[in-house]
This record gives sequence, structure tokens and C-alpha cells, in this order.
Amino acid sequence: MFSLRSVAKTYPNATVALEGITADIAPGEFVALLGPSGCGKSTLLRLLAGLEAPSAGEIEWEHRPGPGDIGFVFQDATLLPWASAEENVYLPLRLRGVERAAAAPRVAAALSQVGLGEFAKAKPRGLSGGMKMRVSIARALVSDPMLLLMDEPFAALDEFTRHKLQDDLHALWRRSGKTVVFVTHSIYEAAYLANRILVLSPRPGRIAADLRPSIPEGTHRRTSAAYTDLVAEITGTFQRVMPGHE
Amino acid sequence: MNKTIERLAPYIFGLIALGGWQGLVWALGVPPYVLPGPIAIAQAYLDGHAVLNQALLSTLSVTFVALGAATVLGVALAVAMAASPLFRAAIQPWAVILQVTPIVAIAPFIIIWVNQPFLALVVCAVIVAFFPILSNTAAGLASTPPELRDLFRLNGATRWQTLTLLSLPAALPSFLTGLRISGTLALVGAVVAEFVAGSGGFASGLAYRIIEASYRLEIPRMFAALVLLGLSGIVIYAALGWLETALLRRRDGA
Ligand SMILES: Nc1ncnc2c1ncn2[C@@H]1O[C@H](COP(=O)(O)OP(=O)(O)O)[C@@H](O)[C@H]1O
Ligand SMILES: [Mg+2]
Repeated sequence: MFSLRSVAKTYPNATVALEGITADIAPGEFVALLGPSGCGKSTLLRLLAGLEAPSAGEIEWEHRPGPGDIGFVFQDATLLPWASAEENVYLPLRLRGVERAAAAPRVAAALSQVGLGEFAKAKPRGLSGGMKMRVSIARALVSDPMLLLMDEPFAALDEFTRHKLQDDLHALWRRSGKTVVFVTHSIYEAAYLANRILVLSPRPGRIAADLRPSIPEGTHRRTSAAYTDLVAEITGTFQRVMPGHE
Repeated sequence: MNKTIERLAPYIFGLIALGGWQGLVWALGVPPYVLPGPIAIAQAYLDGHAVLNQALLSTLSVTFVALGAATVLGVALAVAMAASPLFRAAIQPWAVILQVTPIVAIAPFIIIWVNQPFLALVVCAVIVAFFPILSNTAAGLASTPPELRDLFRLNGATRWQTLTLLSLPAALPSFLTGLRISGTLALVGAVVAEFVAGSGGFASGLAYRIIEASYRLEIPRMFAALVLLGLSGIVIYAALGWLETALLRRRDGA
């Protein structure tokens, strides 16, 4: 899908956020970018989205993404508070000039994909945190993007809601075969969701480990031995790369 | 029960105060040209209501035209400042200078330069009223979450789309707060301008009637005009406050 070649990012204030990031991402992968706060995860996501330009190296795309080819989900739902769920989901299409009538079936499909078909008319104020995040995900899915970028989308949710949204996201990814790059600072979340884990070292972020786990599908993923082994393996990796750990 | 009493409290207090005032005036035999009681003031209003209502209308027309112009000017400047840092740098200090210079000091110049009386008053009132709209709208425009700006960028939004679908709606609550402050300021500006212009002899508003009555030592009539001004201020403030809550509740309500 795309290749990162020695990508580095230094901000104008001389903060070196990323250094020498090299990786090939294949279509259909669920990539977790895992690392401590401030290691440059969001920066890498913004580089992929084209919201920032790398200061060195390059990102090579199989197909260079245009408007609507990338769905972005932020840590907060960041919905327009004055617009209903369906208006919020329609927004990306509206910005690209798709007529309301033509967009309606796609908006409805995106909302029902995240289980909110019945809440199309609800305003954000009337939705729970988890539901708002679902609307935000529907908004990212509505343009049928080739790449879904998610920046710690579940970090602010309670544990139960988070597990439910993780389950649903995992199912959605299996169903749709979309490429997902998912930023998280949670080892458990990365282990549960991803089939590719890029562990970043503390700032400046470098790739400290590149794991390709495969936990068997099924209802007991979260308690399976493969999952707990993977968590242990990632924890071990962190202990090696984090300063102050022995 | 408690809530009802709390809601009625200002009115009850007002009635008690009025009663006390009238009682004192009667008890001490204060002459009306020193301090008229509420009854004398009401009587003065009834005697002169044709002239006073006409004056109220005149002051209110200046106020509302000025508020409208201040809204257009304040929002337009705020949008231009948000769009262009250069424009912001050039304009901001001058807006502040205009804001901190007392209108009483500026008004005589305006009344000389703008020789259409109504327009001169409006210009003074606009100068007083536009700043809260400008600064609140500018703050509102600047407060749009950066993630939403990114989302608009990712979808190739034009500047016009970003303005109309994101920045302006996001600034609406701050704008309405500014509008409420500006509403009463427009009235203040109109009255100050009338006072200054009054001596020039072409005004017909409430402030002019207050000066006129003071020359003639018609103290109850001065009070009657003052009461009309106070009531107008309260009504404007309350109406704009109501507009603010109603609009926002309607827009963001679940
Ligand atoms: N626009 C910016 N300008 C300057 N420094 C920034 C900017 N954005 C992020 N940084 C810095 O770059 C580093 C990495 O930030 P970020 O990518 O947000 O990390 P993460 O998402 O992993 O927590 C941090 O030290 C952060 O303070
Ligand atoms: Mg981050």
C-alpha cells in the first residue's frame, strides 16, 4: 500500500519527532503504531495523511491518495455539535461536492455499519461518548477510503465501551479488508487489534520492533494464550527500549 | 416554591424600594424639584408621553441601526482578521485604540464631520458597540478545534466551505455573547452622542429630552426619561439573552 523510506520529521522549533522510519505496509494490514506519549505516533499519522510533510525521507504510495481516499479518526470524536449524526457523516461527501440525495444511501450505510442506524437524527449532545466515537468512525468510512488512520480513538472511553468498540472495529476490518493504521499507547489494545505492530522508541521515535502476530480468531481472543503471550512479548520489547528500565 | 420566590424576588424588591422611596418623599416633604417620588414621575410621563415616546423611538432607532451596523462591521472585520494575519496585525491596534478612547471625546468630531444628524449619532453608537462583537467573534473563529480544520483539509474543503460550514457556526455562541454586550453599549453610545449633539441643537432623543427638562427644572420629567432609558437597556439585554439561549438550544439540542 505504501512504503516509508527513512522518514524523519523535525518541527520548526527543532523538536525531532521521528527519525529513520522505514517500513513497508501491505494492503489490508491492520497496523498498530505503539509507543509512549510524545514518541511521534500522531506525527507519523499526520505525515501519512499529508497534513504534514516529512523533513527527510519519503513516503511512496502504490496509489497516491486524493481527497476522500483517507479516513481520519481523531482521539476526540470532534463532531460538529450543531449537526445531527447523519449531517456529520455526510460532511466529508458534502465537502467534495456530493449531492445530499446521492449521498443519503452511503450515509445510512455508514451509520448502520457502526450500529447507529436508528440515531441518524440525533445531535451529538444526545449521544454517549462511545456513540459519538461511532459517528466519528462512520464519518471516516463514508467515503469508502482505501486507508483508515486512527489516532488513539478509544483512549478516552471507559473500559467496557472500549472493548465493545475494539470488537466492532476488529470485525469491521475483517469484513472490509481495509488497511488500517491505528495509533495507541496501550499494549493490550495493539495486541488485540493488529496483525502488524510497529513499536516506536521514545522521542525521537524510531521503529524498535516490527511484529506480525497472529492470534486465532474467535470469541476467546482476549483471554487466549496467544494473546497473553503477545502482550508479554511486547512488554519485554518495551523494557529493552525504554530508558530507565532494566 | 423556593424557585418561584427567587424568580419574583427582583420584582418584589423593586416594589418595596419604590414604596419606600414614595413613603420617604411624603414623610419628609421633599419637594419634587429635588427628588420626585415614583408617582410624580409616572405623572410626568403621562403628561408628556407623546413627546417622550417620540424621543424613545428616536433613541431606539439610532440604537438598533447602530447595532445592525456594528454587527456587520464587527463580523466582517473578525472574518478578515481570521483569514489574514497581516490584516489582523494592521487593524487590531487601531480597533483597540478606538475602543479605549472615550466616546465623549470622539463624538464632537464626528458630529462636526458627519453633517447628517441621524448618521452622526449612529456612527458614535457603532464606535462604542462594535468592539465586543469584533473581539468575541474573533475569539470564536479562533476556537474551532484544529482536528476539524484538519478534517476539512483532508477532504479538500475550499476556504469558503471552511468559513461557512465550520468557522462561522463554531463562532456563533461567542458572537451572540458579544451581541448581547454590544446591544446595551449601542444604547449607551446613542445616548452619549445625543448629549454631545444636544448642545448642537439637532437631536430629538431621550438624552436630549433629559437636558431640555433639566434646563427647565422639570425634574420629574428628567426622571421619566431616565426610567425609559433604563427600561430600554434592560429589555434589550434580556431580549438578546433570550435570543442567545433560544438559538443555541434550537441548534445544538438533542
Ligand atoms: N506542531 C508541532 N510543533 C512542534 N512540536 C510538535 C508539534 N507536534 C508535536 N510536536 C512534538 O513532537 C513530539 C511528538 O509528538 P506526537 O507526534 O504528538 O507524539 P505522540 O502522538 O506519540 O504522543 C512531541 O515532543 C511533541 O511535543
Ligand atoms: Mg498523539
